[in-house]
Parts: sequence; C-alpha cells; structure tokens
Amino acid sequence: MVMPFKDKLYRMAKRLLVSREEAEDATQEVLLKLWAKKNKMASYNSVEAFAMTMTKNFCLDRLKSRQASNLKLVHSNYTDNSSSLQHQVEAKDSMDWVQRIMEELPEQQKLVLQLRDVEQYEYEEIEALLDMKPTAIRVALSRARKTVREKLMEKHSYGIG
Amino acid sequence: MELDSIEKLLEKYFEASTTVVEEEILKAYFLSDNVAAHLEQYAPMFQYFSKVKEERYTKPIPLKPKRYIYKWASLAAVLVFMVGLYFNRPSAAPESLEEVYTAEEIASAQEAFALLAMNFNKGTEQLYHLQEFEKNTNKFLNKKFLETGDTQ
Repeated sequence: MVMPFKDKLYRMAKRLLVSREEAEDATQEVLLKLWAKKNKMASYNSVEAFAMTMTKNFCLDRLKSRQASNLKLVHSNYTDNSSSLQHQVEAKDSMDWVQRIMEELPEQQKLVLQLRDVEQYEYEEIEALLDMKPTAIRVALSRARKTVREKLMEKHSYGIG
Repeated sequence: MELDSIEKLLEKYFEASTTVVEEEILKAYFLSDNVAAHLEQYAPMFQYFSKVKEERYTKPIPLKPKRYIYKWASLAAVLVFMVGLYFNRPSAAPESLEEVYTAEEIASAQEAFALLAMNFNKGTEQLYHLQEFEKNTNKFLNKKFLETGDTQ
C-alpha cells in the first residue's frame, strides 16, 4: 500500500523538526501507527487529514520533549553558509534564505505557511487540521508571509550592498 | 498575466486573502522567466515553495507484514528444533534392565545397593540419638531460661 500523502507528511515533519533524519523517523512512526489502525480507517472521514493531524501532534510532542531534555537542534542536512565562498547560484542561495527564515517562524505560522503555500490546502482543511479559527489562520498566514518578505528583503539588500 | 493584476494579487497574498487558484497564478508567474525587475525579490519565496513540494519521502516503510514474517519464522524455527530434538533424542532409557544386564550383574548390583542402604540406615540411627540429645538439652535450657526469668 503506497500512501499518496506520505510525502506531505514527511514535508510537514521536516518543516517542524528541521532535520531530515528526524523527519523520516517521525513519518515512519506515523505511517506505522496508521497501518496498525488500517481496519478502523474507513470510519474516518479523511485519512489524509487524520494523518496530517497525527504527524503534527507527533512532531510537536517531539519538539516539546526535545526542549525538555534540553537537546540541541541538529541541522545536518544543509551545509554551513559561511563556508560557501563562491556563490554558485544566487537563486539557490535565496531559496536557502527562505528556508532559514521559515525555520525562525513560530510553530503555528510555520505550519500554516507550510500547509497553505507548499501543500496548497484550502482554508477549511487547515482549520480542521490545526483546530484554529479561520481568522486566526488568516492572521498567522499573513504574518508569516510578511515576515518572510521582510527578512528576505533585508537579506536581499544586504547581499547587494 | 498583466503586471497590474499580479501586483494586486501579491498585495492580496500578503493579506492572506487570496484563494488557492490565485496563489497558483502567482506561483506560475514567479516561476516563469519574465518576472518584472521590481518583483524579482519575491521570486525566491515562490520558487522555494514549489521546490519544497518536490521533496519526497524516500525511506522505505517497514510495515507490519514483515514483522509477521519474523514471528512465523521464529515459530517455525522453534518447531524444527523441537522435532529435531524428538528424533535425535539420545536413547537414554534402555528397554529394560534384563535386556542390557545379565542376571548376575543385576544380583550383584542389588546386593551392593542393599549394603549401601544398610549402612545408610545405620547413619540415620545415629542421627536419632542426636535428636534425642537435642531434645533433652532443649528441655534443660528452657528450664534454665525460665528460672533466670523468674529471678529477674
């Protein structure tokens, strides 16, 4: 059984947990849990929404326990920017910026932005997934987008000047 | 797409009031080659979003069926082991004494056992004396204890 949305789960896990390994672990965990419940699956309205919520909760739990145990974030899946002396492709560089900017966003904004701009969910779906009010989602989304824009501009002008 | 409407959409986009379709239009515009110079700064955002969406989960999923295989394999292994043990059982229990030993051998063995039993019983008799001795000592000690208890 190949789940059509496992990539979505993985991308969301990676958005929250940053490191690729951890995101893979989390996705696997969620998929296994889903598999264990596959008989009950038919009773859920949307398996995808259910899986997304599960992933979200799982990752947030992970983050919480990580904070509690005071572990440091391990970013192993991208190279240190300071060492890249030659800017090979500037476009790729600014995409890295976007990624870094998104990492700095508060979790909720991160999630909303991920679900809306990357996965292109409808607002109703995001409401159900994140258990948020429509206005709150719009506010978070607008803030997230504006923050990305501002930070991007900062870096941009810095890069030029 | 008109530049004018793109700008308007962009404005709406940052107010989070665009629809998915409108966002698609924006994305398509910024992924195309002819982005207006003053809007180019927004391009990385949309490029990043579409790039990230390409990311795939590549790790294989170890689903439960595999585990069932392990379970059954271990069960089968145990079964084979048991069967092997049953058929290769060392013939520890010979058929009967008469078949393996001659009558004289059995008789002498019985004699030896009788001798052993006799001596063993002798030993236990001695132990009986010891028991008797202990009983008396206990009696004595108890009495002594009671007496000292009385005086105090």
